[in-house]
Amino acid sequence: MLLILAWRNIWRNRNRSLITISAIASFVLLAIVTVSLQQGVWDNLVKNLVSLYTGYAQVHGKDYWEEQTLENSFEINEQVDQLVQQTPGVRNMTHRLESFALASSGEKTRGCLVVGIDPVHEDSLTRLSAKIHQGDMLKPGEEAALVAEGLAEKLNLGLGDTIVLLTQGYYGSTAAMKVAIKGLLHFGSPELNQRVAYVPLALAQYWLDANKRATALVVGLTNADQLPAVARTLKKALPDEYEAMTWQEMMPEINQHIEADSAGMYIMLGVLYLLISFGIFSTLLMMLAERQREFGMLNALGMPLGKIARVVLAETIFLTLVGCLVGVALSYPAVWYLVEHPIVFTGELAKTYEKFGFEPIFPAIMKARIFIEQGLTVLIIGFVLAIYPVWRVMHLEAVVAMRK
Amino acid sequence: MNTVIDAHNISKVYNPKTIPVHAVNNVHLHLERGEFTALVGPSGSGKTTLLNIIGGLDAPTEGVIMVNGVDITRMRPNDLINFRLNNIGFVFQAFNLIPVLTARENVEFIMLLQKRHKKEREQRVRELMEAVGLSDKLDSRPAQLSGGQQQRVAVARALASKPQFVLADEPTANLDSHSASTLLDIMERLNREEGITFLFSTHDQRVIERARRVITLVDGRIAEDSAPTPTAH
Ligand SMILES: Nc1ncnc2c1ncn2[C@@H]1O[C@H](COP(=O)(O)OP(=O)(O)OP(=O)(O)O)[C@@H](O)[C@H]1O
Ligand SMILES: [Mg+2]
Repeated sequence: MLLILAWRNIWRNRNRSLITISAIASFVLLAIVTVSLQQGVWDNLVKNLVSLYTGYAQVHGKDYWEEQTLENSFEINEQVDQLVQQTPGVRNMTHRLESFALASSGEKTRGCLVVGIDPVHEDSLTRLSAKIHQGDMLKPGEEAALVAEGLAEKLNLGLGDTIVLLTQGYYGSTAAMKVAIKGLLHFGSPELNQRVAYVPLALAQYWLDANKRATALVVGLTNADQLPAVARTLKKALPDEYEAMTWQEMMPEINQHIEADSAGMYIMLGVLYLLISFGIFSTLLMMLAERQREFGMLNALGMPLGKIARVVLAETIFLTLVGCLVGVALSYPAVWYLVEHPIVFTGELAKTYEKFGFEPIFPAIMKARIFIEQGLTVLIIGFVLAIYPVWRVMHLEAVVAMRK
Repeated sequence: MNTVIDAHNISKVYNPKTIPVHAVNNVHLHLERGEFTALVGPSGSGKTTLLNIIGGLDAPTEGVIMVNGVDITRMRPNDLINFRLNNIGFVFQAFNLIPVLTARENVEFIMLLQKRHKKEREQRVRELMEAVGLSDKLDSRPAQLSGGQQQRVAVARALASKPQFVLADEPTANLDSHSASTLLDIMERLNREEGITFLFSTHDQRVIERARRVITLVDGRIAEDSAPTPTAH
């Protein structure tokens, strides 16, 4: 009976109820789409960024990140490899042996970063072969190099030419080699484009006199969401002489940037939450004002205030619940559309993104968590606001209410 | 024991701290079962205040009200609500009915609060709606009924709980004289045939003429009583 009363009261002022429901629904829709888009953009950016070079996580020798020298490299160890490979959430991994070196040809000399890679695994992790502008991908064990275009240009080198790489080896002796350029790489980031060269891992180890050694074990994930869990497991399981780092730890400035940006979004959402709260609240106030006399009369007749309050509560909860459900239901196709048809930037902004090797595409992300979070937040707002009419009803005095 | 209401030395002061209004002053009132009594008096004489106090809607500043031998001035609020539900029928001047419920549901509602069985409820709704002459309006919403019909549904609703007595504050004030007279006919018949006790306030001379006992309030005091309360037992 109380429910019937609540139900009929909702339809007593049909327009107001419908407006309230659609306001709540549109708000939930807006919130879900905004957050999905935002998270999608950042996820995409991070994916671009980590697949460019760092990977989602890396394992190093203990002090390597602090002091990036060969002395802090580690010996490739099958047990460690297996431990990483078997961590749930890890898709693949690859070893790198990195060293700064002088690259020269004829009169010209440049500083560069030489990266020894396992061509097959490296490619499946960072899609290095996709960055080859001219020439071919390295094969394991061969004596050849991939050189970034910018670097090659500075050294006046082209495909098939020989580059000389000079540095200090693992034991402190001078390391020097001549190697043919098998491919030219194009990186969006000018930083990388001027500075890197890749050689097969075995060649790098031989060149640096660092047999079986690596400076980093780069870890790829099946799903970006699993990074925290993977990082936790690795940090706990790895022996003391190793160190696992996430991309956030390796590139803290980017992580801060993302966090600041999400904070901005949450502030905006907060303002929106406030607006919708006022919307719901004003509906509740109107409803209360309109029915003072009725509530007074019911209480006079002998209906306990608690029961009247339950009717009001049911009405409020119904309106918010339906609004949230409709909003979530509408968000699904909206977000789906933005996943399938990402926003594509054009013009100057697009060029800026492309310059850094990122596609200027902004797909939304479809995550159940976002739907649930936003829907639930608004629902909770509704429930919290429902306290007010309940409180008002519980403090109602029949005689006073009926005189109005 | 046929006393239904025994109000002893009732006073009500509004705003005692600022500008005190003595709405009811030292009223003694004694009502027997089966009475059909009018409470009359000029506007502001305290009729509504007195009825509210007797009905347990408002607390007196002073005095004791025994309903069927129970002191309602000492009841806890929740018990009082329950007491009203089971012992007192109310008819107000207007806005008696729940707008979203049909006439039938409005009458049935009170019995639902009393947790009566469905069979009993349905039968009683039919009897009462018949008694107020609205058998054909069972499924009408209040907005579809005339003011007089609404008041008749209110009377049916007041009786649904089988109360000790019915309090009606100016039940005819918003009605034309024909509807007022019909409503009075119904109340009178229920009083005569079913022995329902009515205490109603009114301004209307034609309504006053129908009462068997008339109590006149002036400035919150009983100025005249056609069948006065004995001062002591
Ligand atoms: N809540 C209140 N606060 C202050 N004064 C009040 C309040 N309610 C009633 N009064 C005053 O108490 C007195 C009695 O009012 P009451 O409503 O009982 O009179 P009444 O006889 O029912 O009048 P009417 O015939 O106009 O309905 C009046 O002077 C009124 O102004
Ligand atoms: Mg009055």
